[in-house]
Amino acid sequence: MKAKERRLAELRAAVREVTPREALALQVRGAALIDVREADEIAQGSPPGAYRLGRGFLELKIEDAVPDFEQEVVVMCNSGVRSLFAAEDLMRLGYAKLFNMVGGFARWKNEGLPMEIPPRLDPAARERYSRHLLMPEVGETGQLRLLASKVLLIGAGGLGSPAAMYLAAAGVGTIAIIDHDVVDRSNLQRQILHTDARVGTSKVASAKQTLEALNPAVKVTALEVRLSSDNVEDVIEGFDVVVDGSDNFPTRYLVNDACVRFGIPNVHGSVYRFEGQTSVFWPRYPKRRGPCYRCLYPEPPPAELAPSCAEAGVLGVLPGVVGLLQSVETLKILLGIGDPLVGRLILYDALRARFTELELPRDPHCRYCGDGAAFPGYVDYEQFCAQAAQVA
Amino acid sequence: MTTVTVRIPTPLRAYTRGADEVRAQGATVAEALRALGTACDGLLTRVLTPEGEPRQFVNIYLGSRNVRALRGMETPVNEGDVISIVPAVAGGSA
Repeated sequence: MKAKERRLAELRAAVREVTPREALALQVRGAALIDVREADEIAQGSPPGAYRLGRGFLELKIEDAVPDFEQEVVVMCNSGVRSLFAAEDLMRLGYAKLFNMVGGFARWKNEGLPMEIPPRLDPAARERYSRHLLMPEVGETGQLRLLASKVLLIGAGGLGSPAAMYLAAAGVGTIAIIDHDVVDRSNLQRQILHTDARVGTSKVASAKQTLEALNPAVKVTALEVRLSSDNVEDVIEGFDVVVDGSDNFPTRYLVNDACVRFGIPNVHGSVYRFEGQTSVFWPRYPKRRGPCYRCLYPEPPPAELAPSCAEAGVLGVLPGVVGLLQSVETLKILLGIGDPLVGRLILYDALRARFTELELPRDPHCRYCGDGAAFPGYVDYEQFCAQAAQVA
Repeated sequence: MTTVTVRIPTPLRAYTRGADEVRAQGATVAEALRALGTACDGLLTRVLTPEGEPRQFVNIYLGSRNVRALRGMETPVNEGDVISIVPAVAGGSA
């Protein structure tokens, strides 16, 4: 008997074996299925939901995929031999509940169990996103996730411009921008999506042209309409994140209400002269209950206290800073990394070069996101804001 | 008497002769803001209701905490505390 065969016999005695069908049942009840085959084998097909870690990097990557050493782990390869050696490595690392899938992927496929061809980045994409791929927080899985993500930007203006540029550069696969305005020369001091030659043309068409030139792989949808109670659900539904860069309170409340209804994270930014605010309103954030915009500001201020940038002015680069903070939060949410600004507000004071973090408590009695609140419906937002201004 | 710093948001600096921070004295948030109101005519009605509560479009913070989550306007203050007045800001796109 060869040394290899002797060793395999010992391992078979030490690691429990399961059939592919039993492996699938284990996976369904929460076990991690680890595919240790090489990339070219995996490219031909792999069980859905399997962690494709490869034999070479297994010990380095397994803890990111399976942080709990008590979790059940099924290891698989093509025939069930390499996976036995892989199981031995995992046992040494401390994984206690290990199974080896006999017959490997060949038997899995023969038995007609579900499989998928895992998406892969093509060489051009690997080059474009190489700095992302180097980081374990993004990697190929994260980059594929960004490419499959859908982000809606409210406004192609001061905040929307920098946000859209970096989201497109980062490879967010679908970016929709809604804005009914045309490019004005006075926009160009800060709205870097647009150019002097496009003054007088549609902002969203200009945005699409710029973003597609930056990254042709991104699908850019230009929505040249005014967002209203009538169209908000059709516009917003299906997006993973909404980036609010609007310039008026009726739109901010409308976007809030629709995001609360659909459970979509609302990445908020606003600017005024040298100051900016940013937060993430996401009451359904799975890790902690956060507030919605109405918890923070149940009513808008009167016009005299909230002049727009058109009236009060803004340092051109200020929305750049805030819009980029919004992009960072958006990418974090899409990748599921870090701690989003849920329940926190960042104030940026450019003149003092000071960032201040404030806590945002949720209002348990909020009509829109409070405990047990049923969605009360959309209102006439122009009227709501005008009335609030009069009362104030 | 306890002295605190009150941070004034840009839209309200017309009432503080442009100052972005004003010192005020008082034992509670309400007292400090009342003192601020005396020094800066017209400011307080923009921030508080006639009953002395923050208006619906304004939040008052003591340090990083919203006073709503503390003891409201009656929250006691300590020497050197920072009170921030944070109103809703619409600006973004246009």
